Amino acid sequence: MSTPTAPVSSVVNVGADLLADAVASQAVDVARVDWRPPLPGTESDLATVAADPLRRDANARAVAAYHGVTARLVDVVPASEALGLEPGQFLHAGPPITWDRASGPLRGALLGGAAFEGLVEDPEDAAALFEAGSSVSLEPCHHRGTVGPMAGVVTPSMWMFVLEDVETGRRTHCSLNEGLGKVLRYGAYSPDVLERLRWMRDVLGPLLQGSVRAVRDSAGPVDVTGILTQMLQMGDEAHNRNRAGTLMLLRDLAPAMVLESERGGGLSPADVAEGLRFIGGNDHFFLNLAMPACKLALDAARGIEGSTMVVAMARNGTDFGIQTAGTGDEWFTGPAQLADGLFLGDYGPDDANPDIGDSAITETAGIGGFAMATAPAIVRLVGGTVPDALATTRRMHEIALAENPRWSVPVLDFQGTPTGIDVTRVCRTGILPQINTGMAGKVAGVGQVGAGLVTPPEEIFPKALARLAELTRERAQA
Amino acid sequence: MSTAVSSETGPGTGTSHVELRSGAYADSVALLQVSRSVQGVAGVRAAQVAMATPLNIEVLTSMGFAVPDAAGPNDMVVAVRVDDEDALAGALAAVDEALRAAGKRSTGASADVAPHRTTATALRDAEDGAVALVSVPGQHALVEAMDALDAGRDVMIFSDNVPVEQEVALKRIAADRGLLVMGPDCGTAVVGGVGLGFANVVRPGPVGIVAASGTGCQQLLSLLDHAGVGVTSALGVGGRDLSAEVGGLATREGLRRLDADADVELVVVVSKPPAASVATELEQYAASLETPVELALLGAGQPDLTAAAERVLTRLGVPVPAWPVWGSARAATGPLLRGLFAGGTLAGEARLIAAEALGEVTSAPAALAGDTHAVVDFGDDELTTGRAHPMIDPTLRLEHLARVGADPRTGVVLLDVVLGHGAEDDPAGSLAPALAAVAAPVLVTVVGTGADPQDLERQVRLLAEAGAEVHLSNAGATRRALELLEARA
Repeated sequence: MSTPTAPVSSVVNVGADLLADAVASQAVDVARVDWRPPLPGTESDLATVAADPLRRDANARAVAAYHGVTARLVDVVPASEALGLEPGQFLHAGPPITWDRASGPLRGALLGGAAFEGLVEDPEDAAALFEAGSSVSLEPCHHRGTVGPMAGVVTPSMWMFVLEDVETGRRTHCSLNEGLGKVLRYGAYSPDVLERLRWMRDVLGPLLQGSVRAVRDSAGPVDVTGILTQMLQMGDEAHNRNRAGTLMLLRDLAPAMVLESERGGGLSPADVAEGLRFIGGNDHFFLNLAMPACKLALDAARGIEGSTMVVAMARNGTDFGIQTAGTGDEWFTGPAQLADGLFLGDYGPDDANPDIGDSAITETAGIGGFAMATAPAIVRLVGGTVPDALATTRRMHEIALAENPRWSVPVLDFQGTPTGIDVTRVCRTGILPQINTGMAGKVAGVGQVGAGLVTPPEEIFPKALARLAELTRERAQA
Repeated sequence: MSTAVSSETGPGTGTSHVELRSGAYADSVALLQVSRSVQGVAGVRAAQVAMATPLNIEVLTSMGFAVPDAAGPNDMVVAVRVDDEDALAGALAAVDEALRAAGKRSTGASADVAPHRTTATALRDAEDGAVALVSVPGQHALVEAMDALDAGRDVMIFSDNVPVEQEVALKRIAADRGLLVMGPDCGTAVVGGVGLGFANVVRPGPVGIVAASGTGCQQLLSLLDHAGVGVTSALGVGGRDLSAEVGGLATREGLRRLDADADVELVVVVSKPPAASVATELEQYAASLETPVELALLGAGQPDLTAAAERVLTRLGVPVPAWPVWGSARAATGPLLRGLFAGGTLAGEARLIAAEALGEVTSAPAALAGDTHAVVDFGDDELTTGRAHPMIDPTLRLEHLARVGADPRTGVVLLDVVLGHGAEDDPAGSLAPALAAVAAPVLVTVVGTGADPQDLERQVRLLAEAGAEVHLSNAGATRRALELLEARA
């Protein structure tokens, strides 16, 4: 607390430059805020929420809860067992959606998922099931403690990573990563895609279950949060680049995987070798651990009254939705945007589907696009430069509540990654969260067409703010 | 950024061009400088670049520009009137150039790091002793000020037009956290030796001030300085702090701090009279402090600022000097008093003193053209929405002065010139030429100290040479105006 005798060390000036000049002329340091008017129509809600007596401490608690989580890999089990998912129940990425509004890649993944589960022989025949809707149901992954990359389709016999916060026993889940290109999560459902899914079901899942359990019971479960700490210092941002993380996971699991063929699970040394080759050859394998680790940490901040922190950003290919700590399970949605980036082969912007996937949970947690500075290698995805990457992370700090004490960026002098997107700060600055993402083909069955950068639709932040303001006013009147 | 353009050419009227730049923003002072520099371009008859606030739209309309209906306060309007189409390109190039120049910042940070966008993020990088100074438009001020309180820092809110319930919200939270909210509508503070807002350069000394009035505080600073008495701190609290709604929350915190400051021998509270409910509490709290407190409450039947300064000097055992007067006014020419003030408290003080002698003295700008005595505060909230304060931008006052000067009913013109950090570089330089066209006697109070950047001596000389009678005491100048009117009657 300052007293009038304490010399004023410096002044932060927001507003008229002339007043900053007057301070500077007295040889006092002045930091000049580059203030601009907030997003149109948010002034009154911003003032209401800013004056909410709960807000500051609620946000501090949300940040502390988020930072307090360490995610450990405790199991690998089928979704039927992990989530109680029954035949005909399908999970998908993003906020809730119906078949009639679903985009190509989500439809493609659902068709493939139905064929994979044996509901139909030919994936194309499953369209009638989803149109009828009587024997199948759609539900967001997020509603089941799960996150799904891209289309995010989860069916009962897919194997799931199970992450646990050892402090509380809370769990989150994610399917196993298929690799890149023509894969189910990008909406492809050709025979080779289904073939790979079956191999993952019959070989990779059991192999991982045995080795994850063996490691858990001997050395203790793999510390996924700890691997994230390290990979962020090795050029990964944990959304579009997971190379170091994948290799570190492999390092932790490989000895136990090698012994799997001797544990009587019916797997051969050749199966083990294939599993090792598959993981080692898939730079994105760790994404499916990074995502549930982020969700586990962010879920700890849910349900804190008065907090303006974003706890989920997710896209279903049609809608982009966010949830905040202070607004319960309500989704604030707007149209998913097209990413700007690089395309595979002959594909171009006309082939791309709007933004899709739960993987923006990484940005919600302050990595991915928020940690661009630590992964300069991937700025080329959008034809950017290394200075762009540094500027992006610095810009994301402008809308974040805090810095992560564990996840730091060496090139920014080990500054922590931006933690906790603040809805009010987005509305005040107009700076939208920067997301690194893959691009799916808009036609069902095509698969991946590229990767790039995208932001949420601007209007969802004022929507969330309006609800926060409404709740603030209700509390004030109570 | 979208642009809506209208251009119209009339015979002999030149070409008017109005364009809307949505998403562009600059503060009113910067835009004033832009407008000025474009006005100086060859072939430009009129130029106004401003945010499309209701007040600025009014100004643009009165200049003969048609502002599109779609314009809102977040849109920048670029309006120019030029001799001919050829001059238009030059004028618009000058606008862009001036906007670029206005946007240049010397942050001292390395060129590739963008400046922070909020008070909260800027304070993360600031040292412990940092204070926040907020002067964004009033409806946005609470959000920035709350950032400071959340970071455990004091804040001065220069912005006016802040709703009183927002002021209360800020000050309640500040009181809970032992922080000081100076403002809203706080024009002047001296904190830890640093002048914030419009502050005169004073030597440190035994007096501490808590001021609910910016120019009232400045008058006190300049009179005490003239008498050789220094001031350790002058904590502004905003004009509404002692109202019933706000309840003196910041005044109390200011008093607490000054009482704890060993260098302060005497505390002065400068304010309009508090609400009755607040007055008792304030007096009780002041009585509970170790440091003596002098209440300088301005209002009908109360001593004026000069009298308050004299009481402070007497309590400190310092002889009261004769307050200086330079130059000499001629006799009153008409029946009416016309006061055109930049300082709200100075205007209020003049109005009170004049009303005792003259009866009704009105305060609306329109009254300057009417049949009554009028003393107008051009720094009033209504006249500063979306435009800079008259202590920075003399335009509005000079326009009215020209009309008042040409009006035969004008008997005496009463003005103030406030010096110090933040004020115009050379206010007398823009005012003196305008005085030549005023037939009536002109009395000017110059509020300033010898160490102020504008050079008090030179300011006084310029005004006196232009025929004005210059006072250091506003109460003195006002009484002299009454004498002149009295002598004519």
